[in-house]
Amino acid sequence: MKPAPFDYNKPASLSLAVSQLSETSGSGKIIAGGQSLGPMLNLRLARPNSVFDIRQLEELRGIQSDADSVSYGAAICHVDFEDGLVEDATQGMMRHVAGGIAHRAVRNRGTIGGSLAHADPAADWVNTTVALNATFTVLGATGRRTIAAPDFFLGAFTTSLNDDEVLEKITIPRLSDEAAWGYYKICRKKGEFAEAIGILVVDPIRGYARAVMGAVDAPPIVLDDLARSIAEAGTARDINLDQVVQQALPDANPISLRHHCVALQRAIQQVYPS
Amino acid sequence: MLDQGIGARVLRKEDDRHLHGRGQFVGDLAMKGLKEVAFLRSNLAHGRIRTISKPAGKEALIVTAADLKTIKPIFADSSIPGFKASNYPALATDKVRFVGECLAACIADTRAAAEDLAEEIEVDIEELPAVIDSLKARAPDAPLVHDDWSDNLFLTTSVQGDIETLAKTAPVKVTRELRTGRQCMHPMEGKGVLAYWDFQAGQLVVYTSTQVPHMIRTGLSETLGLEQRQIRVIPPDVGGGFGYKCVLQPEEIVIAWLAMTTKRPHRWVEDRREHLTAGANSREHHYQITAYADNRGRLLGLDAEITVSVGAYSVWPFTACLEAAQAGGNLPGPYDFQVYRCKTFSVATNKPPFTPYRGVARPGVCFAIELMMDAIAREVGRDPMDVRAENLVKSEQMPYNNVTGKHYDSGDYPASLKQVSELIDAQAIRTRQKTPEADGRLIGVGFSTFTEQSAHGTKVFASWGIPVVPGYEQATVRLTPDGGLEIRAGIHTIGQGLETTLSQVAVQELGIDYDQVRVTLGDTASTPYSTGAYASRGMVMAGGAVSRASQELARRIRRIAAHLLQCKDEDIRFEDREIRARGASLSFADIGRAWYLRPEQLPEDVNTMGMEVTEGYKPQVDTGVFTYASHAAVVAVDPETGIVEILDYAAVDDCGRMVNPMIVEGQVLGGTVQGVGTALFEESPYDQAGQPLASTLQDYTLPGASDLPWIKLGHIETLSPYSAHGIKGVGEGGAIAPPGAIVNAINDALKGHNVEITQIPATPERILSAILAAESQQKGAAS
Repeated sequence: MKPAPFDYNKPASLSLAVSQLSETSGSGKIIAGGQSLGPMLNLRLARPNSVFDIRQLEELRGIQSDADSVSYGAAICHVDFEDGLVEDATQGMMRHVAGGIAHRAVRNRGTIGGSLAHADPAADWVNTTVALNATFTVLGATGRRTIAAPDFFLGAFTTSLNDDEVLEKITIPRLSDEAAWGYYKICRKKGEFAEAIGILVVDPIRGYARAVMGAVDAPPIVLDDLARSIAEAGTARDINLDQVVQQALPDANPISLRHHCVALQRAIQQVYPS
Repeated sequence: MLDQGIGARVLRKEDDRHLHGRGQFVGDLAMKGLKEVAFLRSNLAHGRIRTISKPAGKEALIVTAADLKTIKPIFADSSIPGFKASNYPALATDKVRFVGECLAACIADTRAAAEDLAEEIEVDIEELPAVIDSLKARAPDAPLVHDDWSDNLFLTTSVQGDIETLAKTAPVKVTRELRTGRQCMHPMEGKGVLAYWDFQAGQLVVYTSTQVPHMIRTGLSETLGLEQRQIRVIPPDVGGGFGYKCVLQPEEIVIAWLAMTTKRPHRWVEDRREHLTAGANSREHHYQITAYADNRGRLLGLDAEITVSVGAYSVWPFTACLEAAQAGGNLPGPYDFQVYRCKTFSVATNKPPFTPYRGVARPGVCFAIELMMDAIAREVGRDPMDVRAENLVKSEQMPYNNVTGKHYDSGDYPASLKQVSELIDAQAIRTRQKTPEADGRLIGVGFSTFTEQSAHGTKVFASWGIPVVPGYEQATVRLTPDGGLEIRAGIHTIGQGLETTLSQVAVQELGIDYDQVRVTLGDTASTPYSTGAYASRGMVMAGGAVSRASQELARRIRRIAAHLLQCKDEDIRFEDREIRARGASLSFADIGRAWYLRPEQLPEDVNTMGMEVTEGYKPQVDTGVFTYASHAAVVAVDPETGIVEILDYAAVDDCGRMVNPMIVEGQVLGGTVQGVGTALFEESPYDQAGQPLASTLQDYTLPGASDLPWIKLGHIETLSPYSAHGIKGVGEGGAIAPPGAIVNAINDALKGHNVEITQIPATPERILSAILAAESQQKGAAS
């Protein structure tokens, strides 16, 4: 369980990383915390010719904030959110989510950008950023562009990042003081990847409401209509969640359906306890 | 009690080096010119090998079965009539029989380069239908794992009791089908072996991470064709074994062969993926079982059929029938009943071979009998604890010969059950159950009691027909010229603290200072032959041997001391780390100096054998000394997700005299956590093609600290009448009881839902499936 040979590079800046990456014509890989890529290299499931380590780049560890949003550098570690070392734009949601990622050892090194670029459907950040309607800024050989979170994830482990692009920062719209969120994940055991993730975010000031079903072997399922009707009614009492989940996941087995339904229901309950 | 002798909580001698990261494991060894080896392994479960082609120009760096011509396959026969032995080649020859079977050894300067080499080998294997399900494997038309066999059965055994007569009269009959998952035991350090040729000694030196160094020497000798004097096996620090490291492994043979033939050092260190897919398999049982009882739930008889999916080969020396033999013999557990019928099937399947895992078969049989006990209680409408208590063998019946002829030597089984129920306050749980929980979860309480034969001796092993049978255990003790004590024993420490506890036994006999005692274990060049560390035998057997040897050394010291102090031998007392008589005293250094350096001071009639003693020990009976314990679990089951939380857990054990209570607690805790894994988490599933579905720790779920409550411990100390100091074995017990206690607690929680879990691990998926099935059944009945 040792990786196949690869060149290890430590570019001095993000733009260097991008230009070096683009020269590999698809055979290069970015590494930051290495919590996903590391095991895949060791199992020889990932076999890049070159690896570019961007973990130490200060430009990827900063924060920019304004009245409407906060932008997080892609190499900020999960622990930085968990320990409150970076500003939380989401009324505690990101801090809560970060604290539930895997185990502390993983959170120590794992980065938000790495997790998003890896795009495991069961990953917390993948679902959370979609629920928060984040925007991703990516830098490529031909320049910079932004991608809305729901458009970033194309499938399990598949994103709209081009081969020469690196995720630079994640911009999260601020939740107001009156916002509320619910986040519930079902894991076989603490620290494991989720079987189901349910999320509800409601911000009456911004007129924002979104529900997400995650860990579905595909990009997060966005249920805006559901979220709006719950937000308007102030309860999910009159909604047949079983039906909603079944429609969203027509091919799922009964166990999976039950798990997704319960996760969603409990996330909603956190916002509307009645 | 001495402050450092038997019964003292002295700190472990091993911990200083381990806590400082200075242990010396196979992976830590450095040697000039050391080559690293990676194995190319079969990616098919069953197939006929057509060709294995080495890359051009690199032939010398790769070894296949064709190169190993002089090596004999691993061959572990049993003298039990009807047993079919297998030829287990170190590198596959004609067929592959499980995913992960070694095909070739690749040699390079680094492990990564060796793995690169493995990728260049071209393998052509004709795939054959895989034999995966042990029940289907028993069918007459099943494909054969071993072509020259008539079926897939290593062995069937049968105990005949008169069930027919009982069935006509017994008021209560309860039948269940139960399953336990295939597991992979997880020492922190996997297997590892380094071998080189020592020209000075004319020996092949093998450093191997093993529990049984002397047996490995015997096994290597038989397969390599070297004489045993030409082999030295040294076990370095071993990071856990749990049974995985008590068999001769193919990789051990190949590495030894490479060193023997090339005269250069070679090493292989197992990685976790190899461990999970090709290495340590155990525990997969199927039970068809019927219990007969009276209207109070008093067990009258048991009728069982046990099928064990042993895997492809018979392992040396414990064979492919140890598991089923133990299962059939131990199913009756701690209960007093008279009619027993049991058939066992040891089935060959296209999976890695079974190695004996902590508790061997007993976690399975304990799960089975304990679930039956609760099922009987529900059937007769009584509290499972009361039914269990009534069925247990009572202290006044001791010693007790059970229905399979096991000789339970001592103890109070019902007292352990009572104590454990008090530790978790079972009464309070029953009260709590009357009110629904605020979070909607369901609370349940479950119990499990077992008895464990430990340090079973010569006749027991001989009756299993295995190739190597333990006899007397020996130890050597030696006083050094400056008054220190050296202990040497052939058993090995694999984390269980024998350096500490054997020292404590010597301190008990000699009154010598604990810090002056040094222990050397397992090196075949310097220690007496021992079959090794397994079967909870270390403390009873090696402890007994150290006790005997120390007693003899004490007699010799007494003679010299009496001469020097001008008194009678019987006046000599060992006190406060000195040798005293009538107000005068000598140090151990005085005695050492007299014997080694100033022999003119010795008495005329001194024992010329000197200050070094080797003694042997066997308990008074060969039938083993029986440890027992009761465990209790309180769980909360989320009926919407199937997730189980263990709210409270307690274990009360009786291992006779505790040599070091802290180590006993560690053994019980560690074993219990492994049992929690068996109950809730751990499983190595295979698909129908025989592909392992858990090849990393992401798929194979181990219990973690966050999954556990603080485990409460209690002890009863009933000395065995048959062993030195009344010690019984404790190494395995903790792992046996948890599946029974936890699943009984889950079933107690779910009893209102008409759901009964009968398969472990009791994963959220299995629990939720059972709940959904019961719901749809109810709906069906209602409509």
